[in-house]
Amino acid sequence: MNSTPVAEPLGLRHQSAESRRNMPHPVLEVRGITKHFPGVVANRNIDLNLFPGEILAVLGENGAGKSTLMNIIYGLHPPTSGSIRVGGRQLECRSPRDAIAAGIAMVHQHFQLVPAMTVLENIVLGAETTRRGILDPATAERDVNELCQRFGGQLDINLQAVIDDLPVGMRQRVEIVKALYRGARILVLDEPTAVLTPQETGSLFQILRGLRNQGTGIIFITHKLKEVLDVADRIVVLRQGAVVGHERPGTTTEQAMAAMMVGHVPSLTVPKTTVGPGPPMLEVDNLTVHRDDGTTAVDRISFEVHQGEILGLAGVQGNGQTELIGALTGLRAVSSGTVRLDGRDTTHASARRIGREGGTGHIPEDRHAHGMVESFSVAQNLVLNLCNRPPFTRWGLLRFEAIRAHARCKVADFDIRTTSLEQPLGSLSGGNQQKLVVAREMRDGLQLLIASQPTRGVDVGSVESIHHQIVQQRNAGRAILLASYDLDEILALADRIAVMFEGRLIGLFPAAQVDRNRLGLLMAGIPA
Amino acid sequence: MDAFTQSTARFAAGLSFLLLAGAFLLEYAPFADIQTIRMLFGASVLNFALRAAVPLILGALGGILCERSGIVNIGIEGMMLAGAFAAFVAKTATNHWALGPSLLLGTCATLLTGAAMGLLHALFCLRFGMNQIISGTSLILLSMGISATFFDRDAVAVGKFAPWPVPLLSEWPVIGPLLFNKPPITYAALLMVAVVGFALAHTRWGLRTRAIGEHPRAADTAGVAVLRLQYLNTTLGGALAGLGGGYLVLEAVGQFQEGMTAGRGFIALAAVIFGNWHPVGALGASLLFGYAQAVQNELLLAQATVLPRHFVSMIPYLVTVIAVSGLVGRVRAPGSLGQPYLREKEV
Repeated sequence: MNSTPVAEPLGLRHQSAESRRNMPHPVLEVRGITKHFPGVVANRNIDLNLFPGEILAVLGENGAGKSTLMNIIYGLHPPTSGSIRVGGRQLECRSPRDAIAAGIAMVHQHFQLVPAMTVLENIVLGAETTRRGILDPATAERDVNELCQRFGGQLDINLQAVIDDLPVGMRQRVEIVKALYRGARILVLDEPTAVLTPQETGSLFQILRGLRNQGTGIIFITHKLKEVLDVADRIVVLRQGAVVGHERPGTTTEQAMAAMMVGHVPSLTVPKTTVGPGPPMLEVDNLTVHRDDGTTAVDRISFEVHQGEILGLAGVQGNGQTELIGALTGLRAVSSGTVRLDGRDTTHASARRIGREGGTGHIPEDRHAHGMVESFSVAQNLVLNLCNRPPFTRWGLLRFEAIRAHARCKVADFDIRTTSLEQPLGSLSGGNQQKLVVAREMRDGLQLLIASQPTRGVDVGSVESIHHQIVQQRNAGRAILLASYDLDEILALADRIAVMFEGRLIGLFPAAQVDRNRLGLLMAGIPA
Repeated sequence: MDAFTQSTARFAAGLSFLLLAGAFLLEYAPFADIQTIRMLFGASVLNFALRAAVPLILGALGGILCERSGIVNIGIEGMMLAGAFAAFVAKTATNHWALGPSLLLGTCATLLTGAAMGLLHALFCLRFGMNQIISGTSLILLSMGISATFFDRDAVAVGKFAPWPVPLLSEWPVIGPLLFNKPPITYAALLMVAVVGFALAHTRWGLRTRAIGEHPRAADTAGVAVLRLQYLNTTLGGALAGLGGGYLVLEAVGQFQEGMTAGRGFIALAAVIFGNWHPVGALGASLLFGYAQAVQNELLLAQATVLPRHFVSMIPYLVTVIAVSGLVGRVRAPGSLGQPYLREKEV
């Protein structure tokens, strides 16, 4: 493992003499950036160089400080100390306006587009062309079209479309055009592939290569190792807020980078014992569910989840997975069709009947909204689903000793890192919050586990531990429905894989019979 | 413009057309003898409707500026009351001046006081992170308290704005007296509907205002100074709402009474919602509410119904309730309405 000393500035060691002649001056220099948040050091003394015409991947697990660093470069957070130089000049970056003026543009992980406005309005916002004080959409449209033409069709978008109606891949394209329209010399992309299908990712990479060849410096933030090897010219690895390594795609491997990110060599595959699938635990027949606005989210879906198997539900975000899981857990009304849990009809059952009495555990997609109470203590959060039954309550009063004893067990079993059981859950890291939710849902008497994005926003160490717990439940004969937008997670865990697209189930295969590429096409709605 | 703002604009146009068509019929067709028609489309009822609508229009425009920037404004009532009181104080203090300058001073006072109330709302909400509903409520209580405490019941304001007939246009039949022979604040209110509507759709300010109300972080990352624009718009909105109150003193009544706005600020808020946060929509809603009030007034005066007068008095309020509740789920508030924007909190 060739890890580089932390203090060595980037670029000096890896620049060959020839390339140093070709790109003599870095377009962006980050010097000694440190950022403290209350109780956390998000960035420690970070140095980076970015040269024009290169793609620099910044690799690190969630919580490693990548996004914070980029937000500092973009003026959203003031650094505690350190400096940033653009084109050799000191950047006083107090707000995104200063960064934009210096030629920096950023495509955020959560797209920063106004959903109710058109593509063109979003592109010009903040950099409007006006004629006598009045917006001049015709000129703007011509400029944008000229810009797009330089990319030979890769960036084509309908400028009059409203953002709300566009698929995510298109929205990202809008973000990139927005950056180019501002004349960006430095483009920062924060986890740009998190919501894309493999095909959309491929076309994004083509665009990025095109941009690089035209001289733009690109910083590409990710935790996906494959992508880094695919697109980056140079790689910087962050761990716990500090730079821990510099690599080049040709001379490193996924294993080596993963080790650098995590600090030890993680097992990237999860060992599974062979358990013959048992009788069906969850039977879904012809299920239809509507969204709040009345549109159809889930369209006549049928499937079964058997005891001792993990059924992976793949699909791009927004194709009805959220509503399907809402219906299965009793949080959303079913319009038609039936759901049977262990042979009993639970189609219109309450969340309580499905959950507590039916033995269903639910790891919700958004733990902050549906999985935890931030201001409650760790111990209290661990009994949210049990607190009205013995031994945690007697004569209607809570029994704190029993609650604490229960919490001590769970914290130890699930390796939840907390300073005390009384700490408010909101003050724990995302990974530990998620481990707590998982610990609570994996309770005695569990029959069916519905896990939606169980490792979203969680560091690699916690991912490993959560995956391990899920597989253990499967090996113990429980039925598991795993919904994830992360194809790697599905491929690593599932025994069978179902793909959802626009509310329909457009494929259901044993995991062994399907590959990444085929799944990607299905997720984009293209039946292979 | 999305489909619904178009439909509210169409509603406003349709309602105005209906009323004018009725007025023309009354003028040129032999309907003048039918009491119902006269009561629904007569000059007196239409003039009353416009008079009742003007403060609603101004209040609603003030609300729109504020809410399109993402800040809930439940305090329109307070801004209006403060504006009315300021106008009265300025007017009575300068009774000995010539009428024109005195009224002009009253108008300035009402605009400035409204703006100060708007700025106060922005400070409460943006600087001190106060809940926006609470802040709005406190504005109402503040102006109620101040105007009641300092109101000199013996003071009398002398004179009010007289109609300014527009040359030529005011000679037109029916439309002339109805629209082009009015005092200045009425013209200003109608003009401001067009100005704000156009500016929101077609200027840099408008684009940025819409963006910060929908998604302030997107606007911030695009280089828009979110807070500055929110301060500006809330202050401007306060000035417009204040003028709506000043209208009551300087143009409609000529005097001040305690609690003079009498819920008009809340009806203006209903007009904001009914008009789908669009100036033209709010104009239509204000005309509808004003018209309901005028019809009620006319029915009571003529004693034309067998219904007890209490039920007749309910008409404007019923119309408001039905109009707003009938729209639930069809109007769309600005995306981030009521959520204060904090740059560093949203990591």
